[in-house]
Amino acid sequence: MNESWLLFKRSLSDFWRIFRRNRMGMTGAVLVLAAVMVAVIAPALSPYTPATVIRDEAGRGLTFAPPSVHGPLGTDDAGRDVWTQLVYGARISLTVGFMAGFIAMFVGSLLGILAGYFGGWLDNLLMRVTDVLLVIPDLPLMLVLVATLRQMELKVSPLTVLILVIGLLYWTSTARLVRSQVLSIKERQFVARARAIGAGHFHIIRKHILPQIMPLIVANTVLILSTAILIESGLAFLGLGDPTQPSWGTMLNFAFDRNAISNGAWWFYLPPGLAIVWVSLGCVLLGNVLEEMLNPRLMGHHLEGEARVVKTEAGRG
Amino acid sequence: MPDSPLLIVENLVKHFPLNSSLLDLLLRREPDVVRAVDGVSFSLARGEVLAIVGESGCGKTTIARTLIGLEEETDGTILFGGQRIGTHERRLRAGLIPLEAGAVGTREQQTLPRMSLKHLRQHAQMIFQDPYESLNPRATIFEIVAEPLVVHGLLRKREERIARVKSALEDAGLRPAEDYFLRYPHELSGGQRQRVVIAGAMVLEPELLIADEPVSMLDVSIRAEILNLLKELQKKRGVGIVFITHDLGTVAYFADRLAVMYLGRIVESGPTAEVLRNPQHPYTKALLSVVPVPNPRLRRERIILQGETPNPLNLPGGCRFHPRCPVAVAACKQSDPAYIRVAEGHETACLLVQPA
Repeated sequence: MNESWLLFKRSLSDFWRIFRRNRMGMTGAVLVLAAVMVAVIAPALSPYTPATVIRDEAGRGLTFAPPSVHGPLGTDDAGRDVWTQLVYGARISLTVGFMAGFIAMFVGSLLGILAGYFGGWLDNLLMRVTDVLLVIPDLPLMLVLVATLRQMELKVSPLTVLILVIGLLYWTSTARLVRSQVLSIKERQFVARARAIGAGHFHIIRKHILPQIMPLIVANTVLILSTAILIESGLAFLGLGDPTQPSWGTMLNFAFDRNAISNGAWWFYLPPGLAIVWVSLGCVLLGNVLEEMLNPRLMGHHLEGEARVVKTEAGRG
Repeated sequence: MPDSPLLIVENLVKHFPLNSSLLDLLLRREPDVVRAVDGVSFSLARGEVLAIVGESGCGKTTIARTLIGLEEETDGTILFGGQRIGTHERRLRAGLIPLEAGAVGTREQQTLPRMSLKHLRQHAQMIFQDPYESLNPRATIFEIVAEPLVVHGLLRKREERIARVKSALEDAGLRPAEDYFLRYPHELSGGQRQRVVIAGAMVLEPELLIADEPVSMLDVSIRAEILNLLKELQKKRGVGIVFITHDLGTVAYFADRLAVMYLGRIVESGPTAEVLRNPQHPYTKALLSVVPVPNPRLRRERIILQGETPNPLNLPGGCRFHPRCPVAVAACKQSDPAYIRVAEGHETACLLVQPA
């Protein structure tokens, strides 16, 4: 256990050394981390709650107050603070996006590995299901599903419904990607060697297939996260979010409904839109860089390893 | 049974069916098959080295993969330490394939004790051709060498496992072993990687090693080292080796016995020195005539075979070597030659050879 921990630390620090120099990746990481930080410390960033109505001296609600009149980002049509809604909305948007992204990644990887490794009728079955899901347009299907599940008055929160629907419908591309990788890896000689040693399927998948595709899965997850956040915003914009827990998409929905655009209240609809762009841009930058970096072929040369040994020996002497 | 051979292969057949089209299915045509291995028999004593020599595509690698159970044999018998192995046989017993009288071995052979694939793989190990591909790039050398122990649940104690891996690596010439434990395959050279593969194969202390062209991907300067290592392991541990190669030069150095394959059949077999000194089959003669000789004064007449190897989909009738054979006669097109004994343990399948 001790050695594997050491190795893990070594590979992590190697990774960090290269990653640090990558400007695009660092930008992405900073964007994503900043959004996560804002979501975590939301109560510290605002004296109000999203539902608090801001009132003037006469006690009337301050509706559509521009940033010059109130706070950093003004108020909405009901006199609530936009900045407060924005930081609290980060919690909802990111939670839904991350949870749905991880579910999609998990389901996609699992089905991709099963289909690719075992092949045969299982592969056929899973890939036909994938084809069907790929052919149906995502957004209308999710709309119908979320709306229908809402009607059924299940004892789960609307956000859970949203998470499950996005997560359980969005795994198709991951499954395809993982399957194609597994198909090529399982034909490689070290898998044949493992079989010749007498290893079972579980051992081969865990020790030989998974480590090869893990980088791909990590990079793909980050990319899926951005899509999941976008889809959540889309669904919420169309009115399928939880109005009691507004996300960025719900804010846009409110702004659109209450004529923020014709009222010229740009501070109501621009910030949530930019926040969505911020996070998805961060995820895409980070994901692309990770995908590029975690390719095992770019990891180093055997002479590099020997050079390292020589260096340590010289260091000792 | 100390004197019984370690491995007996009788009439091993491996056909790869080609995908048949819908039309073939509708017309109920028999699917085309590639006859990769077509009736091969040999045996291997404990601690003996048998070399199987032949050109590309003659079925050498298929034999290796079938012996270790990576391929399912189409027909034939494989006995390992007196026990039957092979997937075909197990399916037969499970009733998946109808048992036809005389289809597989004799009644006596069918009642021999059987061995599970997992058990076999504990006693027989395979070395693959390409050391750059046969090691998991994301596993450390320790993990790779210890993997057979993990798979078979042996030496569960940590210290024992470390000690065994250390001794296996050192036996394979990687010293000090600890320096290699935490390194990854991409940090090693080709020769070092092949040593790791050998260490991984020897860590279970197998009785049989199947080496599929273990040196053909290595630089010439490293080949001799790896061959010496294998030879040393064979002498020290008494492990039997099936050595598959296309290079007659390494065979002379390495093998006790030699089997020459052509298109899925063994055409000549016998003690290495005897076969090399006194080749009988025209194919063996042709192969030997083109082995490079360092001394230019000793140049011999080379026999260059004409034409291509026939397609194993569509084998020639009669002796399968006759289209390329420099000395073929009319009878060669008609009848498939049987094995003829030319000397003690030396057999060949050629119509033109007179029995001793």
